[in-house]
Amino acid sequence: MKPLDKIQSIAAYLDEDAVDTDIIFPARFLLLMDKKGLGGHAFHERRRVKKGETPFILDRPPFDTAEILVAGKDFGTGSSREQAVWALADLGLRCIIAETFGEIFYANCFKNGVLPIRLDADTLARVRQAAGREEEIVVDLPSQTIVLTGDETISYDVDAYRKEALLLGLDEIAVILRDSGKDIKAFEEGQSRRAPWLRLGPDKWKVFDDLEKEQFIE
Amino acid sequence: MHAHDRPRTLYQKVWDDHVVSTYQDGTQLIYVDRHLVQEVSSPQAFVGLDAAGRDLHRPEAHMAVADHAVPTTERTATLREGLAASQVARLSTNAARHHIPYVPMTDRRHGIVHVIGPELGFTLPGAVLVCGDSHTCTHGAFGAVAFGIGASECECVFATQVLRQSRQKSMRIRLEGVCPEGVQVKDVILAVIARIGVGGGVGHAMEFAGSAVRAMTMEQRMTLCNMAVEAGSRIGLVAPDETTFAYLKGRPLAPTDTEWDAAVANWRELASDSDAVFDQEFEIDVSSLSPFITWGTTPEESAPISGRVPDPAAIDDPRVRRRVERSLRYMALEPNTPLSGIAIDRVFIGSCTNGRIEDLRSAAAVVAGRKVHPRVQAMVVPGSASVRLQAEAEGLDRIFSEAGFDWRHSGCSMCVGMNDDRLLEGERCASTSNRNFEGRQGRGGRTHLMSPAMAAAAAVSGHLADVRDLWPEGTK
Repeated sequence: MKPLDKIQSIAAYLDEDAVDTDIIFPARFLLLMDKKGLGGHAFHERRRVKKGETPFILDRPPFDTAEILVAGKDFGTGSSREQAVWALADLGLRCIIAETFGEIFYANCFKNGVLPIRLDADTLARVRQAAGREEEIVVDLPSQTIVLTGDETISYDVDAYRKEALLLGLDEIAVILRDSGKDIKAFEEGQSRRAPWLRLGPDKWKVFDDLEKEQFIE
Repeated sequence: MHAHDRPRTLYQKVWDDHVVSTYQDGTQLIYVDRHLVQEVSSPQAFVGLDAAGRDLHRPEAHMAVADHAVPTTERTATLREGLAASQVARLSTNAARHHIPYVPMTDRRHGIVHVIGPELGFTLPGAVLVCGDSHTCTHGAFGAVAFGIGASECECVFATQVLRQSRQKSMRIRLEGVCPEGVQVKDVILAVIARIGVGGGVGHAMEFAGSAVRAMTMEQRMTLCNMAVEAGSRIGLVAPDETTFAYLKGRPLAPTDTEWDAAVANWRELASDSDAVFDQEFEIDVSSLSPFITWGTTPEESAPISGRVPDPAAIDDPRVRRRVERSLRYMALEPNTPLSGIAIDRVFIGSCTNGRIEDLRSAAAVVAGRKVHPRVQAMVVPGSASVRLQAEAEGLDRIFSEAGFDWRHSGCSMCVGMNDDRLLEGERCASTSNRNFEGRQGRGGRTHLMSPAMAAAAAVSGHLADVRDLWPEGTK
């Protein structure tokens, strides 16, 4: 994962609450199995405009190069599809600022070098105004601040371990395997004694021995 | 180590039982007992695993089944090409390579992950269960801590069997009383979502309790927990009791003999302590409810069927007004129109919310002796092959077919619109699914969420209708 430290960019904005993950990434594109290149399908329906209509904000200069997106309340609610984050990241977005987020979407952001920031409604409104004025906004992760033109500094919360993962571009799985292998093994041994019924083993799966085999040509 | 003498909630007990280690910042590594794997959220996780040259930590802790993209029209030889075929084939190949038990589309045990997990006894009380699907909260009906995760977290579970998480706060929704005739659990959960909003449960594990919950069957509890995520909670829970044990006993993957007895003794201890403290509590008297229906494009935008489409002009808060205007524009609805009477084009009965045998029984009871309105195209998609077979044994398929419904094979189907079952642009659908988001059932499609009985009433009426006017004597 690419480390994230500081973002300096104008911000695109969406004046809409409850932008769910179906709006961000419609389900029919979930059939695509590559992580890359999904940006073309982000906000697919919103980006469909007739000739002469104003293009969707992420398609019109200067916002088409924005690395920050300012949204409303309940951004990314609904489906767990990580494609929603992959698609936004593919468009070059690295920070999403909203009043609240769907929980799974929020967690998915951190796995992909995208920083989601929660702000209260009033503070968010000031960031939104700055976005509307097409001003450059500085999002600094080490100091957990957003700096607006005119030197207003806004601080925000982020979990310590998630911050570290973003800053270092950590491979979380490698860290767990390196540091916690013994703990996991010890837990499993304890659970085998304490609650053996939770540990499905090959013997249990014998009831599935009659499963038919499907033949597909990929 | 754990402050176990302090009163704890059901969620906290299951959580504490799965802590592998605690970090300095308070986050914890949580052990995952079971992982359901489907075709949409797993391909990229397997790619990541392969790229890093990692193996599965414990293959037998996973079960794979394709449900989102599978066709529901036929079960043989139809999935040979195209994107959906490749995705299903990829799951089958990945499962075989990594020795994960895989349930093929043609098997009698096939179905939606959240329907077959419980049916097969893969889902157990006191377990931590995850899946790359937000409706994993369904399994909380058994007193499991079950939640949806993204593909990156699926990869982490494959490789390590743990996830680094923060403990959620606890919320309790007390449901008291008895539902009036014609009111189903779907109406109850829509009422809960309307009350607390689509973000109301964020950060909380949502436990459902109270006399109404105790009286519910497992199918009903699953409908309830299934939509916790539509109220913002990744986790919904119901304490396990005799109803739970009776459902699970004898299921293929459930414990047996002395292990069963030990398990049940353990499960009896899981209920929230009587003096446990919840961060938030709500109570709803279900006897005051009537059938609910959504009119907008979020699950909280709903009203009783006797109500009307809201009038934005009467809403003071400009933000809410904008939101409602937008929803009505998408839904092509005029303010103040009575909900009952809005003409529909399609009916979908199915999904992990309402695709179980009791759902089909209640819909069939309304449909029996009636015909689907000539303007309407209606379909029933059982949640699993086993539900389909059971319904056929009870003759429900004939009731639906004779009325003019399509009788389909199991899968997610038109709840997510990833196979050929989709709304066309501008079509209006009475649906028993869980999300009325823009384009959810097909680009430009318009979804009204409701109970199976209400969807059946809409099918035979040709418009949104109050099922209580059609309610057959003696049905539940």
